[in-house]
Amino acid sequence: MVEGLNLALDQAMAADDRVLVMGEDVARTGGVFRVTAGLLDKYGDDRVIDTPLAEAGIVGTAIGMAVYGLLPVIEIQFDTFVYPGFEQIVVHAARYAWRTRGEVPASIVVRIPFGGGVRAPELHSDSPEALFAHVPGLKVVCPSTPEDARDMLLAAIEHPDPVIFMEPKRIYRAGRQDFPEEPPFDISSADGVTTDYLSKARIARSGHDLALISYGATVPACMEAAERLSSERGVDARVVDLRSLYPLDVDTLVDAATACGRAVVVHEAPRTAGLGAEVSSLIHERAMLDLEAPVGRVTGFDVPFPQFINEDDYIPSVDRILAGCNKVLDW
Amino acid sequence: MTDSLRIIGRDDLPDNKLPEELGEKDLLEIFRSMVVLRVFDERAVALQRQGRLGTYALYWGEEATQAGPLYACSERDWIFPSYRQNAIGILRAVPASTIFAWWRGYGGREGFYNVREHRVGPICVPIATHLPHAVGVSWASKLRGERDASLVWFGDGATSEGDFHEAMNFAGVFKTPTIFFCVNNQWAISTPVHKQTALKVLADKAAAYGMPGIRVDGFDPIACWKATHDALERARAGGGPSFIEAYCYRLGAHGTADDPRLYRNEAEAANWKRLEPLARTSAYLKRIAVLDDDLESELFVDAKKSIASAVAEMEALEHPSLETLFDQVYASRTPWTFEESLRELQSVERPPEVKPLGAQPGPPSTGDADAPVGPS
Ligand SMILES: Cc1ncc(C[n+]2csc(CCOP(=O)(O)OP(=O)(O)O)c2C)c(N)n1
Ligand SMILES: [Mg+2]
Repeated sequence: MVEGLNLALDQAMAADDRVLVMGEDVARTGGVFRVTAGLLDKYGDDRVIDTPLAEAGIVGTAIGMAVYGLLPVIEIQFDTFVYPGFEQIVVHAARYAWRTRGEVPASIVVRIPFGGGVRAPELHSDSPEALFAHVPGLKVVCPSTPEDARDMLLAAIEHPDPVIFMEPKRIYRAGRQDFPEEPPFDISSADGVTTDYLSKARIARSGHDLALISYGATVPACMEAAERLSSERGVDARVVDLRSLYPLDVDTLVDAATACGRAVVVHEAPRTAGLGAEVSSLIHERAMLDLEAPVGRVTGFDVPFPQFINEDDYIPSVDRILAGCNKVLDW
Repeated sequence: MTDSLRIIGRDDLPDNKLPEELGEKDLLEIFRSMVVLRVFDERAVALQRQGRLGTYALYWGEEATQAGPLYACSERDWIFPSYRQNAIGILRAVPASTIFAWWRGYGGREGFYNVREHRVGPICVPIATHLPHAVGVSWASKLRGERDASLVWFGDGATSEGDFHEAMNFAGVFKTPTIFFCVNNQWAISTPVHKQTALKVLADKAAAYGMPGIRVDGFDPIACWKATHDALERARAGGGPSFIEAYCYRLGAHGTADDPRLYRNEAEAANWKRLEPLARTSAYLKRIAVLDDDLESELFVDAKKSIASAVAEMEALEHPSLETLFDQVYASRTPWTFEESLRELQSVERPPEVKPLGAQPGPPSTGDADAPVGPS
């Protein structure tokens, strides 16, 4: 996924000179995860910028640059370190279009490596996506494959509205994927198509007995659970990778629920007021009569992300996902 | 660095006059603290390499900035460390095994400690966020007519965060007895201090908040002690906060997952290493006949013994139970969701015990991520 993200940044910067990258340690070292590696040499230090250590400053100045007409892509070093910049995101990035008659949106991308499973110390493993999905004016997306990472980041950069781009760091270097290097759309005239890449879920596995709905780093676990459901119970699960967390792809969700009659939502973030609650109520509102069982949830818990010796207990495991599926199947 | 307060000589600069408050016993205690910190740090790095601890933020070379100021504090003063001063609590009776356990991924009773009991703030990871707490504690003490001050450590990078400025401003406005101890090791991961601020001397930031600022030689524990001592005296006399910049250099990597060769000239680091505080302080104390080789090696032997037993204690810890996840999140009765979540966890097979990644950042058992994860 790191390569996909790096390729998107490279292609966007090559095609559109309004694009620039900034954040802590992104230039000289190419970021602590190396997502911005090589860009400084190619595009120079006016477009690949190491900033002071200040997230409110990073987000706020990016908004100013966007207002001027540039397209800043900013990197937050780890999930929880976005919080000093939260105010700028919520009270300004999210409201600039609304406050300017739709004419001057804050066209920024906030890239946030998030989630656990990397044996990191406290506050390097959170999943804060629901906080952003709750803020009107923001688009919130999360890829789970290298190709989606490339395509969605390219679209996010060219997209007029501010995009919170959640990057599941646990699968940053998971399985390589071959995909055409050519950008999926013409970057210089991307208007109109970017929304498609930032609003549609992906059917990661087809099936008609149970819909497993997830995003980010728990998608691979859902795929594994689906295989086991197939071999152990003969249950054919459809896996839906949300990709867009706001807005949700309601058609794909309702289709899946209607076709399967049973659904389970899986995410690593805490359960209460998480994305699962939204997906579940959407399905109940739109497809209740097609359901054979209430929508299930397999999620992180309502506790601080644990110190890492306990993190595998917290992150939804394949076994927990299977148990959640079995509950819905046997309801 | 010529403007810095400095007691111990270096290169061709002579020793300056030893503060008269410091007797032999005091000097040895400061040195002993540095030895304990050094032994802990080297042990932690070794354990991380062997895959027995997680990513670790080493402080090799910054012992003077920790032991000096701490010795200036009274036992009633509160101290607030960042991750860089992670082991400072062991000089305030926090078991070293607890700090090792924190880096081994434990929380709860194993990896956390009682902040009020030790008057040591929690190891703070998000940059500069603990500064307002240090102000609040000393402010409260002042409101209650007590004389307890607070001291907070943070880096050069931290001076860019809003929380730094807000904390400094509150302290100035309310004249709180707070010591802001800034360890200017000239690097914030890969970002050099001259890209962090347009100011040449961080101590000059103090003026903006109406408090005195002083730069000291951060490789000199006695200078660090002296500046803190004077600042505390002034604070206790109602003179308000102070800002101390300990000018030094980050001799090691940012953390065990960081490779400084990617962004800095390691010859420069090697050049600074000649000021490394343990060797420098040892030579000084021998020069003034406070320390000899025998006593020095005794101090190291003792420190190694106690750190070794702390490692053994940490490694004897049980794998935390599933209940640990839900323990102590609230001080009051736990919400109903916790019981339900615990039942869910207990109904499936438990994943194998989590091991740290070890020296080579590599894939955890579940899959991936060989990217450097900064302890950060
Ligand atoms: C709010 C926040 N943003 C980013 C980080 C990631 N990070 C960890 S350490 C660090 C550099 C800190 O530099 P400095 O303040 O000089 O302290 P030092 O590490 O040198 O002790 C950064 C950017 C963080 N921990 N918290
Ligand atoms: Mg620093």
